[in-house]
Amino acid sequence: MATQNTKTLARAMMAPSVLLLLVWMIVPLAMTLWFSFQNYNLLDPTQTGFAGLFNYEFFYTDPAFFQSIWNTLVIVGGVLLITVVGGIAIALLLDQPIFGQGIVRILIISPFFVMPPVAALIWKNMIMHPGYGVLGDINRFFGFEPVDWFARYPLFSIVVIVAWQWLPFATLILLTALQSLDGEQKEAAEMDGANFLNRFIYLVLPHLARAITVVILIQTIFLLGVYAEILVTTNGGPGYASTNLAFLIYRTALLGYDVGGASAGGIIAVVLANIVAFFLMRAVGKNLDR
Amino acid sequence: MTLKTVLLGACSALALAGIFSTAASAETLTIATVNNGDMVRMQGLTSEFTKANPDIQINWVTLEENVLRERVTTDIATKGGQYDILTIGNYEVPIWAKQGWLLELNKLGDKYDANDLLPSIRGGLTINSKLYAAPFYGESAMIMYRKDLFDKAGLKMPENPTWDFIGDAARKITDRKEGVNGICLRGKAGWGENMAFITALANSFGGRWFDEKWNAQFDQPEWKAALTYYVNIMKDAGPQGASSNGFNENLTLFQQGKCGMWMDATVAASFVSNPKDSKVADKVGYAIFPVKEGMTNHGNWLWSWNLAVPASSKKADSAQKFISWATSKEYTQLVASKEGWANVPPGTRTSLYENADYKKAAAFAEPTLAAMKAADITKPTVKPVPYTGGQFVAIPEFQAIGTNVGQLFSAVIAGQSTVDDALTAAQTATSREMKRAGYPK
Amino acid sequence: MARSVTTKHKVIATIAAWVVALIIFFPILYTIITSLKTEPEAIAGFNLIPSFTLESYITVQTQRDYFTPFMNSVIISVGSTILALIVAIPAAWAMAFSPTKRTKGILMWMLSTKMMPAVAVLVPIYLLFRDFGLLDSRIGLTVMLMLINLPIVVWMLYTYFREIPGEILEAARMDGAGLWQEIVHVLTPMAVPGIASTLLLNIILAWNESFWTIRLSTTNAAPLTAFIASFSSPQGLFWAKLSAASTMAIAPILILGWFSQKQLVRGLTFGAVK
Repeated sequence: MATQNTKTLARAMMAPSVLLLLVWMIVPLAMTLWFSFQNYNLLDPTQTGFAGLFNYEFFYTDPAFFQSIWNTLVIVGGVLLITVVGGIAIALLLDQPIFGQGIVRILIISPFFVMPPVAALIWKNMIMHPGYGVLGDINRFFGFEPVDWFARYPLFSIVVIVAWQWLPFATLILLTALQSLDGEQKEAAEMDGANFLNRFIYLVLPHLARAITVVILIQTIFLLGVYAEILVTTNGGPGYASTNLAFLIYRTALLGYDVGGASAGGIIAVVLANIVAFFLMRAVGKNLDR
Repeated sequence: MTLKTVLLGACSALALAGIFSTAASAETLTIATVNNGDMVRMQGLTSEFTKANPDIQINWVTLEENVLRERVTTDIATKGGQYDILTIGNYEVPIWAKQGWLLELNKLGDKYDANDLLPSIRGGLTINSKLYAAPFYGESAMIMYRKDLFDKAGLKMPENPTWDFIGDAARKITDRKEGVNGICLRGKAGWGENMAFITALANSFGGRWFDEKWNAQFDQPEWKAALTYYVNIMKDAGPQGASSNGFNENLTLFQQGKCGMWMDATVAASFVSNPKDSKVADKVGYAIFPVKEGMTNHGNWLWSWNLAVPASSKKADSAQKFISWATSKEYTQLVASKEGWANVPPGTRTSLYENADYKKAAAFAEPTLAAMKAADITKPTVKPVPYTGGQFVAIPEFQAIGTNVGQLFSAVIAGQSTVDDALTAAQTATSREMKRAGYPK
Repeated sequence: MARSVTTKHKVIATIAAWVVALIIFFPILYTIITSLKTEPEAIAGFNLIPSFTLESYITVQTQRDYFTPFMNSVIISVGSTILALIVAIPAAWAMAFSPTKRTKGILMWMLSTKMMPAVAVLVPIYLLFRDFGLLDSRIGLTVMLMLINLPIVVWMLYTYFREIPGEILEAARMDGAGLWQEIVHVLTPMAVPGIASTLLLNIILAWNESFWTIRLSTTNAAPLTAFIASFSSPQGLFWAKLSAASTMAIAPILILGWFSQKQLVRGLTFGAVK
């Protein structure tokens, strides 16, 4: 039973974090909200004054707007799919007794230590480039035409790059979860003659539910804001094929220097992110309460 | 405001530490610049300047072009005061000067000889007869082509090539089995990437971005003709992955002998003719940017990287001293003595093109000068326009609009859209942005 | 029978694991290899054996001093992580041991502060930094990254602390241990693995943060992310130089990650393990 005293203490201990984050959330949010109702272009100081809902209307009617939302979801969904499925597979593999386990594990988690722009540059120039990339070289070796990844499959290419960066994270969490699975339970299931598939579906997967939830939750927060990889590789093109919401805001903010418009975009992004988070919590959140 | 006091205290402590660690009397200039070869060379020669000016120290901020532009624009527009000298294009100079963000350069010294600057370049940096930036290097666009491939195909580059000739030649040279593409052109989306070339192309076809009332002109036949030409030639004779090729990618392709022709910035000439990096250094010919049959417009591509002082700088005198040094004739001499004449920053001074040593060392000197002389950014195209700028439109909104339209056009090259769809979409997007910005002004 | 199956099984698993590991690691490996090539070699097609030249590293170092941005990266990432831990440990402790109805809500809200796209708030933040004189200061960047990573830090610590059985604390209290002793003698030893892995993960996240670190720094505070930005896509051949610069930028954190991977792995559960 927590006494009144410890309750007060608990509040006092939480206060610094909560206050800091409150300030950190409210100040930029308030400024963004304020600017989103203003005419404010960095390059045109003559444009000032109250804009009403115009910035929102303008952002919302952008020809790329709906596609950018769809692309955002595709990037989040695609990366989550690859990292969760791939992460489980690799975790299962690493859970087996193998030679050189330590080194294998090091190699697999390495992409997590690479800065996003560097990762994008490496993939663009050295892996996927049709002329000089390794994939192109492999295709030519087998006598095929090299694939121009960023023109033909721009969104897919970006999903691959981002998934490569996040796969180690998912693998690590899932592996830790897997290793905590009770050995006796596993043996018991084996004794019962359950084959691998059955063991996986009825024993392993339920055990991993919580870890998968965590992976989805944390990654979603980061993935909603992916834009550096797009900027480095495709610049949002061809067309709007790889423009996501964050990139659209980037274009408004740092090419158009339209602070009002970018602020409106930011508010829209926050609202959408919260909607996504809401559904996510409804879908998987109950796993966290166990 | 205790937080503020604490932070300020901490900052001044840091600043104090900084002062003690350097010479107490020295004034430190922070210079923002692009990571292009000529600027990196300038950075390497800084010690020559500080030797002569021991009271000035230099801090370099070298960034990739897009990041640099972003950083510098944010800083100057919010009056952040982080830089003493900026490297900016002739796109920014008139816009920023009009906002009062740049200092007039009036202390470059008696020896500076501003009259020696190429008139077309100088004109782009002068507003109300005041010079707001000094050109570090300048460029126009021209054709670089492979003489050996032209000979093999029995072709001869005419004095004044037309787009029709270029089209035929490109298709004739193309030998994809051998990895030779007839022509390499920019395709990567961006106002300074594919739109630079496409705008110059459209200029020479008689197209324009806006009419006198600032209405977007993508629904006009000239644009359709220009874009169709571009798309077809890229389809028939362009390299793989063209929609992600910018200046640098094409440069690499050309240096590797994978392009028969390449139309791009004249500054590329010194790279493709440098035997250290280029496999085809001794086989490159140069020609002026093409025209459309019966027309005389060569696209009017004109760009310069310039050094300017933000109005917020408190070290304006030292800054001008540095700018004067870095854009002087003496600097050119210095680079020539250390790295050879072919490596001096081109395209800013008439005297350079009268220098016999330079002309001997750089086969591209004559065609570069011809291209620069032919470019007139006040009259980019046949029809009257309300803006200045050759391969760009010198209005603040152009970065966003140009990139947006660039995305749409790169989709056509990538085979994901058609010429007509792209033009319609470009028209809508541009009109929309212009209306938002309050045009016509 | 069991034995031979196990050996065969182990060999197959080993081969599969190594293939996957090498594919995943390949881009990094190839970058390191490319950094040891000459520029023409770097684009001459697939080749795993470089000429082992250090030319690119020398060029990179002469163009831009590596040491200052390296030190800045270290100071900013370590500093921001330690700051975040100082603020977050009490909060996570309170949430874990005196949970209320709102605890979960507060946690979720903390995470949601990360949803504002950074690009959208650049100008407001830039203005604030300017007014506080924080532009291009290590303190500014440290505080900034601390705030960015604080939600993750709180969350990670909360999940570790929650796994510490409450009975132990009760027992300690019975013995008459004060709050301070409770933290020092009981909680800390049990929480160290969790704190260590939180520390590591956040150093990595802070090291790799490449939006704010580039936008809010100029020269004095510029970390390795800005160092990289001066080598991406210049004119001319740049593959080998870019690879060298990239290798230099990621090497420290890669080595740190390799050496500490046991701690990282052990702690990186986010409460995923029940």
